[in-house]
Amino acid sequence: MLRIDNLSASYGEAQVLREASLEVAPGEVVTLVGRNGAGKSTLLRCVMGLHPDQRGTVSLDGRDLTRLPAYRRARLGLGWVPDDRGAYATLTVTENLTLPPRVGPDPWSLERVYEAFPALYTRRDSPATKLSGGEQQMLALARVLRMGARMLLCDEPTEGLSPLLVQQVGDLLREAKRHGVTVLLVEQNLHFATGVADRHYLLAEGRVVEAMDNSEVRSRERELLAYLGI
Amino acid sequence: MTGFLQHTFDGLVNGAFYALLALGLAVIFGMLRVVNFAHGAFYMLGAMGAYVLLTEFGVPFWWALVIMPVLLGALGMALERAFVHRLAQLDPLYNFLLTFGLTLILQDLVKSRYGVQSIPYATPGELGGSVDLGLFDFPTYRVFVLVFAVAICVGVWWLLTHSRVGMVVRAATERPELTRAFGINVGRWVTPVFGFGIALAGLAGVLAAPMRAVNPLMGADLIIVVFAVVVIGGLGSIFGSVAAGFGIGLVQAWGVVYLADWPILSQTLVFIVMAAVLMWRPAGLFGREEAPA
Repeated sequence: MLRIDNLSASYGEAQVLREASLEVAPGEVVTLVGRNGAGKSTLLRCVMGLHPDQRGTVSLDGRDLTRLPAYRRARLGLGWVPDDRGAYATLTVTENLTLPPRVGPDPWSLERVYEAFPALYTRRDSPATKLSGGEQQMLALARVLRMGARMLLCDEPTEGLSPLLVQQVGDLLREAKRHGVTVLLVEQNLHFATGVADRHYLLAEGRVVEAMDNSEVRSRERELLAYLGI
Repeated sequence: MTGFLQHTFDGLVNGAFYALLALGLAVIFGMLRVVNFAHGAFYMLGAMGAYVLLTEFGVPFWWALVIMPVLLGALGMALERAFVHRLAQLDPLYNFLLTFGLTLILQDLVKSRYGVQSIPYATPGELGGSVDLGLFDFPTYRVFVLVFAVAICVGVWWLLTHSRVGMVVRAATERPELTRAFGINVGRWVTPVFGFGIALAGLAGVLAAPMRAVNPLMGADLIIVVFAVVVIGGLGSIFGSVAAGFGIGLVQAWGVVYLADWPILSQTLVFIVMAAVLMWRPAGLFGREEAPA
Protein backbone atom coordinates (compact mmCIF):
# COMPACT_ATOMS: atom_id res chain seq x y z
CA MET A 1 0.00 0.00 0.00
CA LEU A 2 2.67 2.47 1.10
CA ARG A 3 6.13 2.18 -0.30
CA ILE A 4 9.10 4.39 0.58
CA ASP A 5 12.27 4.09 -1.49
CA ASN A 6 15.59 5.67 -0.63
CA LEU A 7 14.02 8.58 1.17
CA SER A 8 16.46 11.26 2.25
CA ALA A 9 15.58 14.49 3.98
CA SER A 10 17.42 17.32 5.65
CA TYR A 11 16.81 20.38 7.74
CA GLY A 12 19.30 22.79 6.25
CA GLU A 13 22.73 21.25 6.80
CA ALA A 14 21.49 18.47 9.02
CA GLN A 15 20.54 15.30 7.20
CA VAL A 16 17.77 13.55 9.09
CA LEU A 17 16.82 10.70 6.76
CA ARG A 18 19.40 8.75 4.74
CA GLU A 19 17.97 6.60 1.99
CA ALA A 20 15.34 5.04 4.21
CA SER A 21 13.20 2.39 2.56
CA LEU A 22 10.19 0.53 3.89
CA GLU A 23 6.90 -0.94 2.84
CA VAL A 24 3.50 -1.30 4.46
CA ALA A 25 1.03 -3.78 2.99
CA PRO A 26 -2.73 -3.06 2.84
CA GLY A 27 -4.39 -3.68 6.20
CA GLU A 28 -1.10 -3.95 8.04
CA VAL A 29 -0.17 -2.08 11.19
CA VAL A 30 3.52 -1.32 11.14
CA THR A 31 5.50 0.58 13.73
CA LEU A 32 8.56 2.68 13.36
CA VAL A 33 10.75 2.62 16.45
CA GLY A 34 13.94 4.51 17.06
CA ARG A 35 15.66 6.91 19.37
CA ASN A 36 14.67 10.54 19.62
CA GLY A 37 16.05 12.31 16.58
CA ALA A 38 16.27 9.14 14.50
CA GLY A 39 14.00 10.75 11.90
CA LYS A 40 10.68 9.06 12.66
CA SER A 41 8.53 12.19 12.65
CA THR A 42 10.36 13.53 9.62
CA LEU A 43 9.58 10.33 7.77
CA LEU A 44 5.86 10.74 8.45
CA ARG A 45 6.04 14.39 7.41
CA CYS A 46 7.73 13.36 4.17
CA VAL A 47 4.94 10.87 3.44
CA MET A 48 2.41 13.63 4.10
CA GLY A 49 4.26 15.96 1.72
CA LEU A 50 5.13 18.50 4.40
CA HIS A 51 8.88 18.37 4.16
CA PRO A 52 10.18 20.36 1.20
CA ASP A 53 13.80 19.23 1.35
CA GLN A 54 13.55 15.55 0.41
CA ARG A 55 14.74 13.04 -2.18
CA GLY A 56 13.61 9.52 -2.98
CA THR A 57 10.10 8.33 -3.69
CA VAL A 58 6.95 7.77 -1.69
CA SER A 59 4.14 5.89 -3.37
CA LEU A 60 0.64 4.93 -2.30
CA ASP A 61 -1.06 2.01 -4.05
CA GLY A 62 1.64 2.20 -6.70
CA ARG A 63 1.00 5.87 -7.35
CA ASP A 64 4.02 8.15 -7.01
CA LEU A 65 3.21 10.91 -4.52
CA THR A 66 6.45 12.80 -4.92
CA ARG A 67 5.00 15.73 -6.81
CA LEU A 68 1.65 15.88 -5.06
CA PRO A 69 1.00 18.67 -2.56
CA ALA A 70 -0.05 17.70 0.97
CA TYR A 71 -3.75 18.36 0.46
CA ARG A 72 -3.90 16.04 -2.56
CA ARG A 73 -2.16 13.29 -0.59
CA ALA A 74 -4.71 13.67 2.20
CA ARG A 75 -7.49 13.32 -0.36
CA LEU A 76 -5.98 10.05 -1.53
CA GLY A 77 -6.72 8.72 1.93
CA LEU A 78 -3.74 9.62 4.11
CA GLY A 79 -4.68 10.63 7.65
CA TRP A 80 -2.04 12.33 9.77
CA VAL A 81 -2.06 12.26 13.57
CA PRO A 82 0.74 14.71 14.36
CA ASP A 83 2.94 14.37 17.41
CA ASP A 84 1.57 17.58 18.91
CA ARG A 85 -1.98 16.29 18.31
CA GLY A 86 -2.82 19.16 15.99
CA ALA A 87 -5.70 20.66 17.94
CA TYR A 88 -6.88 24.03 16.62
CA ALA A 89 -7.39 26.65 19.31
CA THR A 90 -9.67 28.73 17.09
CA LEU A 91 -11.93 25.81 16.18
CA THR A 92 -14.41 24.05 18.41
CA VAL A 93 -14.11 20.32 19.00
CA THR A 94 -16.82 19.65 16.42
CA GLU A 95 -15.11 21.92 13.90
CA ASN A 96 -11.80 20.18 14.53
CA LEU A 97 -13.52 16.93 13.64
CA THR A 98 -15.38 18.17 10.58
CA LEU A 99 -12.62 20.34 9.07
CA PRO A 100 -11.08 17.62 6.87
CA PRO A 101 -13.22 16.55 3.93
CA ARG A 102 -14.31 12.90 3.80
CA VAL A 103 -11.79 11.04 1.71
CA GLY A 104 -12.36 7.34 2.15
CA PRO A 105 -15.04 4.75 1.47
CA ASP A 106 -15.88 4.21 5.14
CA PRO A 107 -15.75 7.46 7.11
CA TRP A 108 -17.09 7.56 10.65
CA SER A 109 -20.15 9.72 11.19
CA LEU A 110 -19.97 12.47 13.77
CA GLU A 111 -22.56 10.55 15.82
CA ARG A 112 -20.36 7.49 15.85
CA VAL A 113 -17.35 9.55 16.93
CA TYR A 114 -19.30 11.09 19.79
CA GLU A 115 -20.67 7.72 20.82
CA ALA A 116 -17.15 6.34 20.99
CA PHE A 117 -15.79 9.45 22.74
CA PRO A 118 -18.39 10.82 25.16
CA ALA A 119 -15.78 13.19 26.60
CA LEU A 120 -15.50 14.91 23.23
CA TYR A 121 -19.27 15.16 22.98
CA THR A 122 -19.60 16.99 26.28
CA ARG A 123 -16.91 19.46 25.19
CA ARG A 124 -18.07 19.69 21.58
CA ASP A 125 -18.48 23.47 21.53
CA SER A 126 -15.27 24.29 23.43
CA PRO A 127 -12.02 25.28 21.73
CA ALA A 128 -10.12 22.06 21.14
CA THR A 129 -7.05 23.27 23.01
CA LYS A 130 -9.13 23.40 26.19
CA LEU A 131 -9.29 19.60 26.14
CA SER A 132 -6.89 17.57 28.28
CA GLY A 133 -3.87 16.04 26.61
CA GLY A 134 -5.54 12.64 26.46
CA GLU A 135 -8.74 14.09 25.02
CA GLN A 136 -6.73 15.96 22.39
CA GLN A 137 -5.12 12.68 21.40
CA MET A 138 -8.54 11.07 21.07
CA LEU A 139 -9.64 14.05 19.00
CA ALA A 140 -6.67 13.65 16.66
CA LEU A 141 -7.48 9.96 16.13
CA ALA A 142 -11.20 10.55 15.84
CA ARG A 143 -10.56 13.22 13.22
CA VAL A 144 -8.74 10.91 10.81
CA LEU A 145 -11.35 8.19 11.37
CA ARG A 146 -14.11 10.66 10.55
CA MET A 147 -12.14 11.58 7.42
CA GLY A 148 -12.31 7.96 6.46
CA ALA A 149 -8.57 7.84 5.83
CA ARG A 150 -7.46 4.49 4.44
CA MET A 151 -3.97 4.86 5.83
CA LEU A 152 -3.16 6.44 9.17
CA LEU A 153 0.19 8.03 9.95
CA CYS A 154 0.25 8.20 13.75
CA ASP A 155 3.08 10.01 15.48
CA GLU A 156 3.44 8.68 19.04
CA PRO A 157 -0.26 8.55 19.83
CA THR A 158 0.34 7.08 23.29
CA GLU A 159 2.90 9.60 24.46
CA GLY A 160 2.01 11.04 27.83
CA LEU A 161 -1.26 9.11 28.12
CA SER A 162 -2.49 7.21 31.16
CA PRO A 163 -2.49 3.39 30.88
CA LEU A 164 -6.26 3.42 30.48
CA LEU A 165 -6.09 5.82 27.55
CA VAL A 166 -3.19 3.90 26.00
CA GLN A 167 -5.44 0.87 26.04
CA GLN A 168 -8.21 2.87 24.39
CA VAL A 169 -5.85 4.03 21.64
CA GLY A 170 -4.86 0.38 21.12
CA ASP A 171 -8.52 -0.67 20.87
CA LEU A 172 -9.16 2.05 18.32
CA LEU A 173 -6.21 1.10 16.15
CA ARG A 174 -7.20 -2.58 16.29
CA GLU A 175 -10.75 -1.70 15.33
CA ALA A 176 -9.50 0.45 12.44
CA LYS A 177 -7.36 -2.46 11.31
CA ARG A 178 -10.37 -4.79 11.41
CA HIS A 179 -12.05 -2.40 8.98
CA GLY A 180 -9.11 -2.64 6.62
CA VAL A 181 -7.34 0.58 7.61
CA THR A 182 -3.56 0.51 7.20
CA VAL A 183 -1.43 2.14 9.89
CA LEU A 184 2.13 3.39 10.07
CA LEU A 185 2.79 4.12 13.72
CA VAL A 186 5.70 5.90 15.34
CA GLU A 187 5.95 4.37 18.80
CA GLN A 188 8.40 4.16 21.69
CA ASN A 189 6.22 1.96 23.87
CA LEU A 190 7.32 -1.50 22.73
CA HIS A 191 4.73 -3.30 24.78
CA PHE A 192 1.99 -1.26 23.13
CA ALA A 193 3.63 -1.67 19.73
CA THR A 194 3.66 -5.47 19.86
CA GLY A 195 0.04 -5.39 21.04
CA VAL A 196 -1.30 -3.59 17.99
CA ALA A 197 1.23 -4.00 15.21
CA ASP A 198 2.12 -6.78 12.79
CA ARG A 199 5.67 -5.72 12.08
CA HIS A 200 8.26 -3.20 13.18
CA TYR A 201 11.02 -1.19 11.58
CA LEU A 202 13.96 0.11 13.57
CA LEU A 203 15.15 3.50 12.41
CA ALA A 204 18.63 4.65 13.39
CA GLU A 205 20.33 7.83 12.26
CA GLY A 206 17.93 8.21 9.37
CA ARG A 207 18.29 4.66 8.07
CA VAL A 208 15.97 1.70 8.36
CA VAL A 209 18.38 -0.75 9.98
CA GLU A 210 16.13 -3.66 10.89
CA ALA A 211 12.74 -5.15 10.18
CA MET A 212 11.33 -7.26 13.01
CA ASP A 213 8.19 -9.23 13.73
CA ASN A 214 6.40 -9.28 17.08
CA SER A 215 8.15 -12.35 18.48
CA GLU A 216 11.54 -10.88 17.66
CA VAL A 217 10.69 -7.60 19.37
CA ARG A 218 9.43 -9.49 22.43
CA SER A 219 12.50 -11.67 22.68
CA ARG A 220 14.84 -8.71 22.26
CA GLU A 221 12.81 -6.30 24.38
CA ARG A 222 15.56 -5.62 26.95
CA GLU A 223 18.17 -5.00 24.32
CA LEU A 224 15.85 -2.72 22.32
CA LEU A 225 14.75 -0.76 25.37
CA ALA A 226 18.36 -0.21 26.34
CA TYR A 227 19.10 0.90 22.80
CA LEU A 228 16.14 3.29 22.70
CA GLY A 229 17.27 4.68 26.04
CA ILE A 230 13.95 4.17 27.78
CA MET B 1 -22.28 64.77 30.61
CA THR B 2 -23.72 65.67 27.21
CA GLY B 3 -20.27 66.65 26.05
CA PHE B 4 -18.86 63.32 27.21
CA LEU B 5 -21.55 61.41 25.33
CA GLN B 6 -20.94 63.46 22.22
CA HIS B 7 -17.21 62.77 22.30
CA THR B 8 -17.89 59.13 22.98
CA PHE B 9 -20.17 58.96 19.97
CA ASP B 10 -17.62 60.70 17.73
CA GLY B 11 -14.97 58.33 19.02
CA LEU B 12 -17.11 55.35 18.11
CA VAL B 13 -17.68 56.71 14.59
CA ASN B 14 -13.94 57.19 14.09
CA GLY B 15 -13.42 53.78 15.65
CA ALA B 16 -15.77 52.31 13.06
CA PHE B 17 -13.30 53.26 10.32
CA TYR B 18 -10.39 51.86 12.29
CA ALA B 19 -12.36 48.67 12.89
CA LEU B 20 -13.25 48.16 9.21
CA LEU B 21 -9.69 48.81 8.07
CA ALA B 22 -8.10 46.76 10.85
CA LEU B 23 -10.50 43.90 10.17
CA GLY B 24 -9.35 43.74 6.53
CA LEU B 25 -5.70 43.94 7.56
CA ALA B 26 -6.19 41.21 10.15
CA VAL B 27 -7.93 38.84 7.74
CA ILE B 28 -5.17 39.36 5.17
CA PHE B 29 -2.36 39.03 7.69
CA GLY B 30 -3.86 35.92 9.20
CA MET B 31 -4.20 34.07 5.95
CA LEU B 32 -1.20 35.40 3.97
CA ARG B 33 1.18 36.64 6.68
CA VAL B 34 1.38 39.81 4.59
CA VAL B 35 1.36 43.22 6.24
CA ASN B 36 -0.58 45.09 3.60
CA PHE B 37 0.84 48.59 3.69
CA ALA B 38 -1.35 49.52 0.70
CA HIS B 39 -4.50 49.17 2.79
CA GLY B 40 -4.74 52.93 3.29
CA ALA B 41 -4.34 53.49 -0.44
CA PHE B 42 -7.31 51.22 -1.15
CA TYR B 43 -9.33 53.11 1.43
CA MET B 44 -8.41 56.30 -0.45
CA LEU B 45 -9.35 54.68 -3.78
CA GLY B 46 -12.72 53.78 -2.29
CA ALA B 47 -13.42 57.43 -1.49
CA MET B 48 -11.94 58.78 -4.73
CA GLY B 49 -13.82 56.13 -6.68
CA ALA B 50 -17.11 57.19 -5.11
CA TYR B 51 -16.33 60.75 -6.12
CA VAL B 52 -15.45 59.80 -9.70
CA LEU B 53 -18.53 57.60 -10.02
CA LEU B 54 -20.72 60.49 -8.89
CA THR B 55 -19.17 63.27 -10.94
CA GLU B 56 -18.27 61.38 -14.13
CA PHE B 57 -21.07 58.85 -14.31
CA GLY B 58 -23.76 60.24 -12.02
CA VAL B 59 -23.66 57.10 -9.88
CA PRO B 60 -25.10 57.89 -6.44
CA PHE B 61 -23.61 57.04 -3.05
CA TRP B 62 -25.65 53.87 -2.50
CA TRP B 63 -24.44 52.30 -5.71
CA ALA B 64 -20.89 53.39 -5.01
CA LEU B 65 -21.17 51.57 -1.68
CA VAL B 66 -21.65 48.37 -3.66
CA ILE B 67 -19.59 49.04 -6.78
CA MET B 68 -16.35 50.27 -5.20
CA PRO B 69 -15.83 47.32 -2.81
CA VAL B 70 -16.51 44.89 -5.66
CA LEU B 71 -14.18 46.71 -8.05
CA LEU B 72 -11.39 47.09 -5.49
CA GLY B 73 -11.86 43.52 -4.29
CA ALA B 74 -11.34 42.36 -7.88
CA LEU B 75 -8.31 44.62 -8.22
CA GLY B 76 -6.96 43.20 -4.96
CA MET B 77 -7.39 39.65 -6.23
CA ALA B 78 -5.59 40.54 -9.47
CA LEU B 79 -2.73 42.12 -7.52
CA GLU B 80 -2.49 39.09 -5.26
CA ARG B 81 -2.24 36.77 -8.27
CA ALA B 82 0.18 39.03 -10.16
CA PHE B 83 2.54 40.14 -7.39
CA VAL B 84 1.87 39.21 -3.76
CA HIS B 85 1.62 35.53 -4.59
CA ARG B 86 5.04 35.48 -6.23
CA LEU B 87 6.73 36.88 -3.15
CA ALA B 88 4.89 34.67 -0.67
CA GLN B 89 7.75 32.20 -0.32
CA LEU B 90 10.27 34.94 0.50
CA ASP B 91 10.84 36.94 3.65
CA PRO B 92 7.63 38.85 4.58
CA LEU B 93 9.62 42.04 4.19
CA TYR B 94 9.40 41.69 0.40
CA ASN B 95 5.63 41.87 0.37
CA PHE B 96 5.70 44.71 2.84
CA LEU B 97 7.97 46.63 0.46
CA LEU B 98 5.80 45.66 -2.51
CA THR B 99 2.66 47.04 -0.88
CA PHE B 100 4.58 50.12 0.24
CA GLY B 101 5.66 50.76 -3.34
CA LEU B 102 2.12 50.13 -4.53
CA THR B 103 0.89 52.76 -2.07
CA LEU B 104 3.24 55.38 -3.49
CA ILE B 105 2.23 54.55 -7.06
CA LEU B 106 -1.51 54.66 -6.35
CA GLN B 107 -1.21 57.90 -4.39
CA ASP B 108 0.81 59.60 -7.11
CA LEU B 109 -1.48 58.39 -9.88
CA VAL B 110 -4.46 59.92 -8.10
CA LYS B 111 -2.46 63.03 -7.25
CA SER B 112 -1.43 63.59 -10.88
CA ARG B 113 -5.06 63.44 -12.00
CA TYR B 114 -6.92 65.15 -9.16
CA GLY B 115 -4.26 67.16 -7.30
CA VAL B 116 -3.79 67.22 -3.55
CA GLN B 117 -6.72 69.48 -2.70
CA SER B 118 -9.50 67.88 -0.72
CA ILE B 119 -12.59 67.25 -2.80
CA PRO B 120 -16.06 67.69 -1.35
CA TYR B 121 -18.51 64.79 -1.61
CA ALA B 122 -22.08 65.62 -0.69
CA THR B 123 -23.83 63.60 2.00
CA PRO B 124 -26.56 61.52 0.35
CA GLY B 125 -29.88 63.33 0.70
CA GLU B 126 -31.59 60.58 2.69
CA LEU B 127 -28.89 60.80 5.34
CA GLY B 128 -28.73 64.58 5.71
CA GLY B 129 -29.74 66.43 8.85
CA SER B 130 -29.62 64.94 12.30
CA VAL B 131 -31.45 62.47 14.47
CA ASP B 132 -32.61 63.11 17.98
CA LEU B 133 -31.23 60.39 20.20
CA GLY B 134 -32.78 61.72 23.40
CA LEU B 135 -30.04 63.77 25.02
CA PHE B 136 -28.99 65.64 21.90
CA ASP B 137 -28.91 65.48 18.12
CA PHE B 138 -26.47 63.41 16.15
CA PRO B 139 -25.71 63.93 12.47
CA THR B 140 -27.75 61.26 10.67
CA TYR B 141 -24.90 60.30 8.39
CA ARG B 142 -22.58 59.52 11.30
CA VAL B 143 -25.22 57.41 12.98
CA PHE B 144 -25.60 55.55 9.72
CA VAL B 145 -21.81 54.99 9.46
CA LEU B 146 -21.65 53.60 12.97
CA VAL B 147 -24.62 51.27 12.54
CA PHE B 148 -23.48 50.13 9.12
CA ALA B 149 -19.89 49.47 10.22
CA VAL B 150 -21.04 47.53 13.27
CA ALA B 151 -23.35 45.48 11.04
CA ILE B 152 -20.49 44.70 8.66
CA CYS B 153 -18.18 43.68 11.52
CA VAL B 154 -20.88 41.46 13.03
CA GLY B 155 -21.60 40.00 9.60
CA VAL B 156 -17.95 39.17 8.98
CA TRP B 157 -17.70 37.72 12.48
CA TRP B 158 -20.76 35.54 11.84
CA LEU B 159 -19.37 34.38 8.50
CA LEU B 160 -16.07 33.44 10.14
CA THR B 161 -17.64 31.56 13.01
CA HIS B 162 -20.67 29.95 11.35
CA SER B 163 -19.71 29.04 7.81
CA ARG B 164 -17.55 26.35 6.34
CA VAL B 165 -15.49 29.04 4.58
CA GLY B 166 -14.96 30.81 7.88
CA MET B 167 -13.86 27.59 9.53
CA VAL B 168 -11.34 26.93 6.77
CA VAL B 169 -10.03 30.50 7.01
CA ARG B 170 -9.64 30.18 10.78
CA ALA B 171 -7.89 26.83 10.48
CA ALA B 172 -5.58 28.04 7.71
CA THR B 173 -4.81 31.20 9.68
CA GLU B 174 -3.91 29.27 12.81
CA ARG B 175 -2.00 26.36 11.29
CA PRO B 176 -1.60 26.52 7.50
CA GLU B 177 0.57 23.42 7.18
CA LEU B 178 -1.63 21.19 9.31
CA THR B 179 -4.68 22.41 7.41
CA ARG B 180 -3.12 21.38 4.09
CA ALA B 181 -2.34 17.98 5.57
CA PHE B 182 -6.08 17.60 6.24
CA GLY B 183 -6.91 17.78 2.56
CA ILE B 184 -7.68 21.48 2.30
CA ASN B 185 -6.22 23.45 -0.58
CA VAL B 186 -5.26 26.47 1.49
CA GLY B 187 -3.77 28.24 -1.54
CA ARG B 188 -7.17 28.40 -3.22
CA TRP B 189 -8.54 30.60 -0.42
CA VAL B 190 -5.65 33.04 -0.31
CA THR B 191 -6.67 35.15 -3.31
CA PRO B 192 -10.33 35.64 -2.33
CA VAL B 193 -9.37 36.43 1.25
CA PHE B 194 -6.94 39.10 0.06
CA GLY B 195 -9.61 40.54 -2.23
CA PHE B 196 -12.11 40.50 0.62
CA GLY B 197 -9.78 42.45 2.91
CA ILE B 198 -9.22 45.03 0.18
CA ALA B 199 -12.97 45.26 -0.44
CA LEU B 200 -13.46 46.15 3.24
CA ALA B 201 -10.90 48.96 2.86
CA GLY B 202 -12.76 50.21 -0.22
CA LEU B 203 -16.04 50.09 1.67
CA ALA B 204 -14.56 52.16 4.49
CA GLY B 205 -13.33 54.64 1.87
CA VAL B 206 -16.79 55.08 0.35
CA LEU B 207 -18.26 55.56 3.83
CA ALA B 208 -15.59 58.19 4.55
CA ALA B 209 -16.24 60.24 1.41
CA PRO B 210 -19.22 62.30 2.69
CA MET B 211 -17.70 63.07 6.09
CA ARG B 212 -13.96 63.26 5.62
CA ALA B 213 -11.57 65.20 3.44
CA VAL B 214 -11.24 63.23 0.18
CA ASN B 215 -7.70 63.53 -1.14
CA PRO B 216 -4.86 61.27 -2.31
CA LEU B 217 -3.22 61.21 1.12
CA MET B 218 -6.28 60.48 3.25
CA GLY B 219 -5.29 56.84 3.56
CA ALA B 220 -1.66 57.52 4.38
CA ASP B 221 -2.71 59.64 7.36
CA LEU B 222 -4.97 56.93 8.67
CA ILE B 223 -3.02 53.76 8.04
CA ILE B 224 -0.37 54.39 10.67
CA VAL B 225 -3.01 54.54 13.40
CA VAL B 226 -4.68 51.46 11.92
CA PHE B 227 -1.41 49.56 12.16
CA ALA B 228 -1.22 50.55 15.82
CA VAL B 229 -4.81 49.31 16.21
CA VAL B 230 -3.95 45.94 14.65
CA VAL B 231 -0.92 45.55 16.89
CA ILE B 232 -2.91 46.46 19.99
CA GLY B 233 -5.68 44.02 19.09
CA GLY B 234 -3.18 41.27 18.34
CA LEU B 235 -1.82 40.61 14.85
CA GLY B 236 -4.18 38.36 12.97
CA SER B 237 -6.86 38.40 15.66
CA ILE B 238 -10.17 39.23 13.99
CA PHE B 239 -12.01 40.04 17.18
CA GLY B 240 -9.01 41.93 18.55
CA SER B 241 -8.76 44.18 15.52
CA VAL B 242 -12.42 45.19 15.68
CA ALA B 243 -12.43 45.68 19.46
CA ALA B 244 -9.19 47.66 19.35
CA GLY B 245 -10.53 49.72 16.43
CA PHE B 246 -13.50 50.97 18.42
CA GLY B 247 -11.41 51.18 21.58
CA ILE B 248 -8.76 53.38 19.99
CA GLY B 249 -11.45 55.56 18.46
CA LEU B 250 -12.76 56.17 21.98
CA VAL B 251 -9.32 56.70 23.51
CA GLN B 252 -8.49 59.29 20.86
CA ALA B 253 -11.79 61.13 21.26
CA TRP B 254 -11.48 61.28 25.03
CA GLY B 255 -7.81 62.17 24.78
CA VAL B 256 -8.51 65.19 22.60
CA VAL B 257 -10.92 66.54 25.21
CA TYR B 258 -9.39 65.56 28.52
CA LEU B 259 -5.78 66.03 27.49
CA ALA B 260 -6.48 69.26 25.62
CA ASP B 261 -3.83 71.03 27.67
CA TRP B 262 -1.20 68.53 26.59
CA PRO B 263 -1.59 68.38 22.82
CA ILE B 264 1.59 66.34 22.41
CA LEU B 265 0.15 63.70 24.67
CA SER B 266 -3.27 63.61 23.02
CA GLN B 267 -1.74 63.28 19.57
CA THR B 268 0.54 60.42 20.52
CA LEU B 269 -1.91 58.72 22.84
CA VAL B 270 -2.49 55.82 20.43
CA PHE B 271 1.17 54.98 20.32
CA ILE B 272 1.56 55.32 24.06
CA VAL B 273 -1.30 52.85 24.46
CA MET B 274 0.36 50.58 21.91
CA ALA B 275 3.69 50.65 23.74
CA ALA B 276 1.98 49.94 27.05
CA VAL B 277 -0.02 47.05 25.62
CA LEU B 278 3.05 45.53 24.00
CA MET B 279 4.99 45.69 27.26
CA TRP B 280 2.14 43.99 29.07
CA ARG B 281 1.10 41.56 26.32
CA PRO B 282 3.66 41.25 23.51
CA ALA B 283 1.16 39.44 21.26
CA GLY B 284 -1.48 42.17 21.65
CA LEU B 285 -4.67 42.14 23.68
CA PHE B 286 -6.32 39.25 21.86
CA GLY B 287 -3.35 37.83 20.01
CA ARG B 288 -1.78 34.46 20.55
CA GLU B 289 1.91 33.82 20.64
CA GLU B 290 2.88 32.26 17.31
CA ALA B 291 2.22 28.55 17.46
CA PRO B 292 5.00 26.29 16.26
CA ALA B 293 4.46 25.12 12.69
